Parts: sequence; C-alpha cells; structure tokens
Amino acid sequence: MIKAEQKPFEEILEYLAPYNKILLSGCGACVTVCHAGGEKDGALLASALRMARQKIGKPLEIIESTPARQCEPEFAQELSDTIGLVEAVLSVSCGIGVQTLARLFPAMQIFPGVNTLFMGETVEHGVWEERCQACGDCILEKTAGICPIARCAKQLLNGPCGGSSNGKCEIKRETDCAWQLIFDRSKALGQLHRLTEIIPAKQWGVQSRDSGPRRIVREDLKV
Amino acid sequence: MSTFEPKIVAFCCEQSGLPAAEMAKTLKLKMPDNLELVPVPCSGRIETLYLLKALESGADGVVVFACYEENCKYLQGNVRLKSRVGYAKQIMTKIGLEQERLEIFHVATNSGVKFSEFLLQKADQLRPLGPNLGKIA
Amino acid sequence: MKSGSNLEKVFVNGHFAVTSELGPPKGNDVSVIKRKVDFLRGYVDAVNVTDNQTAIVRMSSIATSALAVQMGIEPIMQMVTRDRNRIAMQSDLFGATALGIKNIICLTGDHHTFGNQVNAKNVHDLDSVQLINMVKTMRDEKTLMGGEEKIEGDIDMFIGGAANPFADPFEFRALRTAKKAAAGVDFIQTQCIYDMERFKEWMKMIRDLGVHEKVHIMAGITPLKSAGMARYMAKNVAGITIPDALIDRMAKAAKGADEGIKICIEQIQEVQEIEGVHGVHIMAIEWEHMIGKITEMAGLLPRPKVE
Repeated sequence: MIKAEQKPFEEILEYLAPYNKILLSGCGACVTVCHAGGEKDGALLASALRMARQKIGKPLEIIESTPARQCEPEFAQELSDTIGLVEAVLSVSCGIGVQTLARLFPAMQIFPGVNTLFMGETVEHGVWEERCQACGDCILEKTAGICPIARCAKQLLNGPCGGSSNGKCEIKRETDCAWQLIFDRSKALGQLHRLTEIIPAKQWGVQSRDSGPRRIVREDLKV
Repeated sequence: MSTFEPKIVAFCCEQSGLPAAEMAKTLKLKMPDNLELVPVPCSGRIETLYLLKALESGADGVVVFACYEENCKYLQGNVRLKSRVGYAKQIMTKIGLEQERLEIFHVATNSGVKFSEFLLQKADQLRPLGPNLGKIA
Repeated sequence: MKSGSNLEKVFVNGHFAVTSELGPPKGNDVSVIKRKVDFLRGYVDAVNVTDNQTAIVRMSSIATSALAVQMGIEPIMQMVTRDRNRIAMQSDLFGATALGIKNIICLTGDHHTFGNQVNAKNVHDLDSVQLINMVKTMRDEKTLMGGEEKIEGDIDMFIGGAANPFADPFEFRALRTAKKAAAGVDFIQTQCIYDMERFKEWMKMIRDLGVHEKVHIMAGITPLKSAGMARYMAKNVAGITIPDALIDRMAKAAKGADEGIKICIEQIQEVQEIEGVHGVHIMAIEWEHMIGKITEMAGLLPRPKVE
C-alpha cells in the first residue's frame, strides 16, 4: 500500500498558525495501515495540536473526521457539511487524498499533514519498506518476483553491480542487494539460466511518468 | 501562597495497581488531594492517545501503575505500554510539556505503601512546575 | 579493426597490454591533466579517463579525453550511466569520436550519494550492459538505439567494460561478464586484485564459459602505499577484499611504500602467467608518478609500437 510519515510537528503548526478552527481529515485506508494518519493517529495529532496552541494562548478548534478512502470522491464528499464550518483543512491522508479534497472543495485551503513516501510492504509490525515504483511495465516475471527498479539503488536491469557485498547494498549496509535476492530466488526456482538473458533498456518515456501524469480509461465502466 | 494542587490521573492495572490502591486505602495512607484513578485490565490496554487525552482534558500529571516487567499476566502488555509512553513523551517534547508530567511506576499487588509514597512524591514534583498549560479545561 | 585504437592494435598483435588511470581535475585547471599525462606517456598503451568518479564533480571525461589526445596519449573514455540519459550519451559518442577518442569503457558508476552533490536526481536510464549494447549498435549497425535512426558518420569505438571478481554473489560474477560479452564488449578491466586465489577461480569460470576467447581480460592492480591504506580499503570499499596475510606483510615492512611496489610487481608477474589474461590495468591512485617505475621494474617496457 502507499506508505507515508507524519510531517514534522513544527511544519504543521506553521501551516495552521493563521487559523482557529480546522478540520483534521484522516483516511481509513493506506495511512491507517502505516499509522501515519487514520482515525487513531489523527486523534493523537489533533490532541497534540490543541495542547500546543492552548499553551501559546491561541486555542485551535479541531473537528476530526476520517472518510473510508479520501481519494474517492464519493467518500470525500461526506466532508462537505463539515468543510462549511471550518477555515482550513489539515489532511493526513496521502498526497492523492489531499489533491482530491483540493479538487472537490476549490474554495478551501487544504494542507498536507504527511509526506507520502512510497508504495511498500509491511516487513514486520512497525516496519515498512519500498517495493514498487509504478514503472508501468512490470518485469517481476523476469526477476523472480523481486523488483530491481524499486529495490536496486541504481535501477539495474542486468545487475548486480560491483558494490554488492555479502548480500548487502553498498549505499546502505542495512539494505539487501536486490540482485542478490533475485539470484538466490532464481537459483531456488531452478531458473538461474534466465539471468543470463539480457534485459533491454526500459521504455521510460512510454509507460512511466517521464511523459507526464498517466491515465487509465475504461470505457466499459464509464456511465 | 499558591493554592495550586496538581491534578494527577493514575491509570491502574487491575492486576497490580488497583490492588495496591485498595491496600493503601485500607491502611488509611495519605494520598494527594487532587487524584483520579482509572482502572484498566492491563497496562497494555492504554493507548498512546489516552495518555495525551488525560493531559488535554485537565491532568497536570499522568502516572501509570503497571506490573513489573516479567510479571505481565498478558505477557507483553507492559512492554507495549513502555513503547507508548516513550512515544507520548516525544510528542510532549514537541508540544513543550515537561517530561515529569508522565511516568510509569511498577508495583505488585501488595505495594500499598509504595503506591501512596510515589503519588505524594509526584505531587511534590509537579507543584513547582505549575499547571499543565496545554490543558483545555 | 573495431576502432583501430592503439590499445586494440596491441591486443590484436598479441602483446600484453598495459593501461592506467587518470582522474580529471575538480575544475578546469588543464595543468593538472598535463602533469598526469607527462607521468604516463610512453609507459602505458592507453589511459582510462574517469567520469565523475565516486560521484564527485570533475572535468568531464569527454573533455579530458579530448585534451589527452591533444597531449599525445591515448585515452579510454569512461562513461557512466548514472548522470546521463540515452540522448546525452549517444550525443557524447558522436562528439567523442569526432574528437579522436577511440576507446570507451561503459560503467554504471558509483552511486551519487557517495559524492558531493547528494541531492541530484539519479538518472540510470540504462545500465552498463545496455550501454555496451548501445555503443555496439552505433558502431556496427550505424543506427541509434532502437535501430531506426541512421547515424551520419562512423562511430568506431573499442568497447570496454568492468568486472568485479570480488563482489557477490561470486557464482554469478563470471556469468555477468559473459552477459557483457554477449552485449558486445571487446575488453574487460577487473577491480583491483589482492585475493589472487579468488581471481584465479574467477578466471577459470571465465575460461569454462569461453569468454576469454571473445574478450580481452585485463587484470586490475593497485599498489598499496601503507598498511593503513590496506586496512582502510578492506573495511570501507565495497567489492574489495584484502587477505590478512597481505595486510600483515605491509604492516611488518620497514618501508610500506616500497613493500607495496614489490607486491605490485609480483602480482603483475603472476597474472601474466594466467591463461586468458591479456593485460594489466594499473590504478596508482594519487601515485601516478610511480607508473614509470612500476612498468620498468615489471619488465613491461618499452611499450610496443604497433601499426
């Protein structure tokens, strides 16, 4: 899912400085899972913000609301009544949710409360790691189910580079070398010979974001 | 002379803190004036949010009476609590609240004397700090 | 002939080739290049000109290589895929060949976070294998990548690549070099050797794959200056292993630098005996002035004159 991290507290306080009554909008999906901004973590942030503002003699009224998915207009629309009561919105959903609110409520200031970081996996409770960069042309079939675009710092398609040492990446010693993982799994699957095939250069311009924001249209689904 | 008497909210684990509180009451031991006890089935039931909310809604200090580390009936409850108190303290630093306003104290069922002594010491510690300026009473 | 470079001719005529390395200046002080060229001229068949090595900004390898040609020494222009996309790289190849550069070595490059512009956007449009193939296409098919666009002129480059027998997974290293051979590489330079046994094992795997018959392998050698340098490299540089016996030898020596040169000569002589090794690549980091002495002591002089 999408993984995010709450923005520094000081930065959020700065955004909210001119306002006295805000909506803190969470999201019941990705940010809940990575504890950045669902109902609970939103409530924690709201409590901290109220106390911080109380301390400086500038009380901040916060209405808390957490739509099931902030990036879906049908759910985000549920906030319309509350939006009419506040001066600004602090959204702790990912960047997509912030932009959905900005589109639906053009007259309302929407502030991001988290930094959206990556699409990733839960390694263990409390630890999340990047796994996909939406390159647009999935090659996991060629690389034994491990993505070199997301997990190799140099995005090699014919790795490993000369800096792979004891299964770790030379950039950060805690990071596994993606190509060591690909090698190990290919070997376990009896597919090592596939790694001698040259994977050609990626089509960055066509499928990836290098040609601007991408769009999917399903005519059969449009009303 | 200031008449400020710090409001202490004490979360009490039902396996240790609450029996200790009962014992202190039976022994008619002195307790701080402005005290509120909140029983919980295990200290691990306490979410980070409750600690902050206690401060937000009027506490000048929050204490958690939990079982000693290897004694948790639910195995890891008090370990989880420790992490959550750590996280709450980080948030308190960002808000500008003093670290003394939140503390864990480990007790067993027969710690009646320790229970009351700790609370009296905590009240003494909090008095000079003054009221929690973040509270929205 | 692929490019008719001096290095290529040395290989083709069956001589044992010698190359070294030249790091461009951190600015545009041409006298730095001239000084290094003067140390190397006549002692090597060609010299690698590095491309923003360790991601530290230096004069571009194409500019430095062009200056090297003017100064009378043959460059091997390094090109890394870290900083440039395929448009820039093909464009640079047009320019490089026009400036008389005839050798290229295709690398991925050290990650930009090692250098002095850590907030740069990482490019890596291609990897080293794809880059080798791109240069081969330009040279042999006379088109850009993709095979559609015809090139005006000949892009005659002798194509090199790198190999690291000391990185992991060891089992795969020779296979990866074979991949580079299949992609079109003409010669390979290895990472500097201290663990001779491992290098010999890797060479055996190379021979078993038949790669030594398609590609000229050059053994990388770096003279140690001190025991401290040996320990530092062993600990901090990924992909370099130094046996304890070697570190001990350096530590016990009366003069570390002299012992380091001695070891270097022994290594050069040892690799010359290994089947499939067609040359040495001597990387005397910040010790370029020793190349003359090393090549002389190793019996590698005079360098052959080839037509």
